Amino acid sequence: MIDKTNACVSIPTPQENILYADILFWGCWGGLALMAVTYILYATGLMTPHVPLETITVLWSKPVKVYLEQGHVPTGWGWVVLLGKGDFINFLGIVLLAGLTVVAFIPLIPTYLKKGEPVFAILALLEVLVLVAAASGLIPVGSAG
Amino acid sequence: MGLVVLTLGLIFAAFAYAANADGGKAVAEAAKAAGAPSGPWWMWPAVLLVFCFVLGILAVLAGVGGGVLYVPLVSGFFPFHLDFVRGAGLLVALAGSLAAGPGLLKRNLASLKLALPVALIASACSIVGAMIGLTLPTRIVQTCLGALILFIAVLLLVSKNSAKPVVTKQDALSLALGMNGTYYDAATCETVEWKTHRTPQGFLLFIVIGFMAGMFGLGAGWANVPVLNLLMGAPLKIAVGTSKFLLAITDTSAAWIYLNQGCVIPLMAIPSIIGLMLGSFVGVKLLAKAKPKVIRYIVIGVMLLAGYKAIQKGLGW
Repeated sequence: MIDKTNACVSIPTPQENILYADILFWGCWGGLALMAVTYILYATGLMTPHVPLETITVLWSKPVKVYLEQGHVPTGWGWVVLLGKGDFINFLGIVLLAGLTVVAFIPLIPTYLKKGEPVFAILALLEVLVLVAAASGLIPVGSAG
Repeated sequence: MGLVVLTLGLIFAAFAYAANADGGKAVAEAAKAAGAPSGPWWMWPAVLLVFCFVLGILAVLAGVGGGVLYVPLVSGFFPFHLDFVRGAGLLVALAGSLAAGPGLLKRNLASLKLALPVALIASACSIVGAMIGLTLPTRIVQTCLGALILFIAVLLLVSKNSAKPVVTKQDALSLALGMNGTYYDAATCETVEWKTHRTPQGFLLFIVIGFMAGMFGLGAGWANVPVLNLLMGAPLKIAVGTSKFLLAITDTSAAWIYLNQGCVIPLMAIPSIIGLMLGSFVGVKLLAKAKPKVIRYIVIGVMLLAGYKAIQKGLGW
């Protein structure tokens, strides 16, 4: 249904939209800026990488299983202990981007409860649980044959 | 625009510094001896940065997601294994979605009420898709990816969206979940009320969409929009806006699986993300002057080629 009685006057944006949007905005551009800085540290050699550059250029055409074995690369959250290395410090920006959605969802839960919309609060909570499960590194994945 | 130029310049300067540094030649020689593709180590990341910058521009002009172009094109024409291309592809699509999301949410063009139920389904299924995608032999995934890209190209060619679909009656599930809303269309100075229908069918399709996004490392905008708009009856602007926002949620869960399995190599992932983001930014500026229809057909043609190449690679022709 189209309503022209209030033509050219925009409608107010729900509070939860603004809250979510603000978290995404600052987190996204902050993450990208961080990525650019850490990549420059890595590419210029100012920080020594864990996997030598000459090894990476061979391993990036191989399956991930080979990369993990020959590069001695940890899985899950094992990269945290390698933050002092040029390649793995880049994970800070990547994890910031990947973690933003989880962070932005959490405040939605009390917001929807205050608005008297428990269904959406439950949906937001379930989404947080799904994303945390994915991020945890505990979900088992087999390797390609 | 100044920030775009500055960022690209700094990264290129980093590559140039690394190339000229004393160790640069030694690294190149060692890489060659180890069986790496010929050329210095920074060559492919630099090419990827420029390639993704152009891809970002084209994706915006063509109205196609950067993620759906990235995986088939990079896996087809670059030396990176599909495992790493999918990991980077999800991050690329995620970054694009996160950048677009705030503006859409604030203008009420992305509906959280529409997104939340479908996001839950799609994100859970994208985890399953990622798990299976990483378990299947690469040639099977590559072949299926090629077939999917061909399908998407044809879909983009023939699908006609509906600006404001007529929804006579909201179904019970849609009503219970409150999947309705109002947005202000600045183009026509209208306040538009909308509601959805065929919710169970839509949910079933989002299971498939989430699964494919996770398995192939693609963004899912090409599928989200037709389902939200043509099947569930959301107005096109709401469907596009909500899809963009929905991508972030779907791709986040799959991206974490790939990240935790070691499928993200920063040397290639970060130039991809930054290149595509900067390209998208420029693409938006150029949108007013470009001819989107022509570019869309060019991009569809490129996708047909990329899909064929993926099938060729998967079947070992």
